Amino acid sequence: MTQDLTTILPELLLALYAMGALMLAVYTVKDGMTGFLTWATAAVMVALAVLIGTREGSATAFGGLFTDDAFARFAKVTILLSAAAVLVMSQSFMAKRGIARFEYPVLISLSVVGMMAMVSAGDLMALYMGLELQSLALYVVASIQRDSLRSTEAGLKYFVLGALSSGLLLYGASLVYGYAGTTLFSGITTALQGELPVGLIFGLVFMLSGLAFKISAAPFHMWTPDVYEGAPTPVTAFFATAPKVAAMALIGRLTWDAFGGIPGQWAQVLAALSVVSMFVGAVAAIGQKDIKRLMAYSSIAHMGFALMGLAAGTAYGVQAMLIYMAIYVTMNIGTFAFILSLQKDGVPVSDIEGLNQFAKRSPGKALAVLILMFSLAGVPPMLGFFGKFYVLKAAVDAGMTWLAVAGVVASVIGAFYYLRVVYYMYFGTTEGQSQSRSSPMEAVALFGVAFVILAAVLNLFGLEPAAMAAAQALIG
Amino acid sequence: MDTLSSDYLPILVLLAVAVGLGIILILAAAVLAVRNPDPEKVSAYECGFNAFDDARMKFDVRFYLVSILFIIFDLEVAFLFPWAVAFADISMLGFWSMMVFLAVLTVGFAYEWKKGALEWA
Repeated sequence: MTQDLTTILPELLLALYAMGALMLAVYTVKDGMTGFLTWATAAVMVALAVLIGTREGSATAFGGLFTDDAFARFAKVTILLSAAAVLVMSQSFMAKRGIARFEYPVLISLSVVGMMAMVSAGDLMALYMGLELQSLALYVVASIQRDSLRSTEAGLKYFVLGALSSGLLLYGASLVYGYAGTTLFSGITTALQGELPVGLIFGLVFMLSGLAFKISAAPFHMWTPDVYEGAPTPVTAFFATAPKVAAMALIGRLTWDAFGGIPGQWAQVLAALSVVSMFVGAVAAIGQKDIKRLMAYSSIAHMGFALMGLAAGTAYGVQAMLIYMAIYVTMNIGTFAFILSLQKDGVPVSDIEGLNQFAKRSPGKALAVLILMFSLAGVPPMLGFFGKFYVLKAAVDAGMTWLAVAGVVASVIGAFYYLRVVYYMYFGTTEGQSQSRSSPMEAVALFGVAFVILAAVLNLFGLEPAAMAAAQALIG
Repeated sequence: MDTLSSDYLPILVLLAVAVGLGIILILAAAVLAVRNPDPEKVSAYECGFNAFDDARMKFDVRFYLVSILFIIFDLEVAFLFPWAVAFADISMLGFWSMMVFLAVLTVGFAYEWKKGALEWA
């Protein structure tokens, strides 16, 4: 028992912290605590990331419901650090727009607890519980600006489609349970030996479809642009980072831990999702006029690339996926730090046209955004190139050259709209109206990420060995 | 069809019967029913006098809060009953699990109370 509690200590601490923070704020000055709670939550998350980062080995708790291994730890550290970064950099935006409620950091903490439970799931029940804890908190934060029609619409839309995807996932899980006779991942692996029941394959495909909703992989991506556009920008920034890592890691966990015996069955599903996502993301983004919608399609395309790593069905593919997700999250934090600072006459704006001749107004920031856009497009020697390089190499090594070729073609199409933002900034013909007024933390995030993108060329900050250890823990 | 799949055959038959019967009943009403509408028949029936207000009026959002609260505490009781009935057989782990559940629920309730969601002023 004590052993179990030690294993889930980080999750336990974060959940206790969230409840304590809720009580503290509601019994004192309520929304007056928001600034303090935001920083406290970020500090707790960073501390937990350090705690998790120093752990070693692997352990299971509660009879296999919960797994703590290098793979879970890699995902958890990425989730915690990105959530902390998004919280800190969005604090001044929330305060300025009058939407700084003390529930926000609490809900973010609870959703992070859910994500940590997801990536550690060793059982279909634990998987669903983590997923729902994460999603329910996210539905609420999507509509946190409750006086805004668009924010509430985003929240409702996200809720309805999220419930639909949960239904798909549960249906799949019930089929898997019916045919395997157990919800434990280890038990499912045993059930796969011998003749393969067709019901298990059905269950697997339904579960993957439900999870594809959560990572917004095409053709399950329809909610993404509307929710990204309607939700307040800090919330969008959060949606684009930590939950994506958690859901992607969960797909890795489910496919390898439960269905590791039949990689051929799920690899083709993931490969199809990957190709469709890359092309939908690349082509549909071209016509966008709003930079938040653009980032939504960009995230769809990026999810396609990350799925390519998993679709390879090798340990190297898992490693490539983890590296890709860490790089994707870093780039998105920088880009959203810039979007948060955009305004016209004090009102937040997000249209791309407004960026015309931005380089004349703030040359420093334009340069940072140029680095970010080049990196998102995957231009060498920026960080984004290495992410793409790893997944493409994983696909080629696994004999899926066609997938890699499709990826390269999609990435060339995608480069068009990233570079168009740069074109507007530097060579725009009309004068745009958007100004960038960064708060100190937004500036730190924007320039910090731009610096990281350039500096990481040297050794990726030790990301590669950590991801390799994580991949081996998952597969070995 | 292997044995496991044939185990589920009754459910499939039930499903087919349910869907088939539903369709037949809907179609039967359309095919067999005598239809002879006139204005008095198709207008909405209201006893006494004619309707003078739209039925779709706005509800106070607090009704929803109360109903959500009801669901939560209803579920709590649904968990507590089997726990209480089996109390003699469960271990300390079972006891403390329920205590943790109740504590978490209390935190949520205290938040709601203090937030003023229960005030009808």
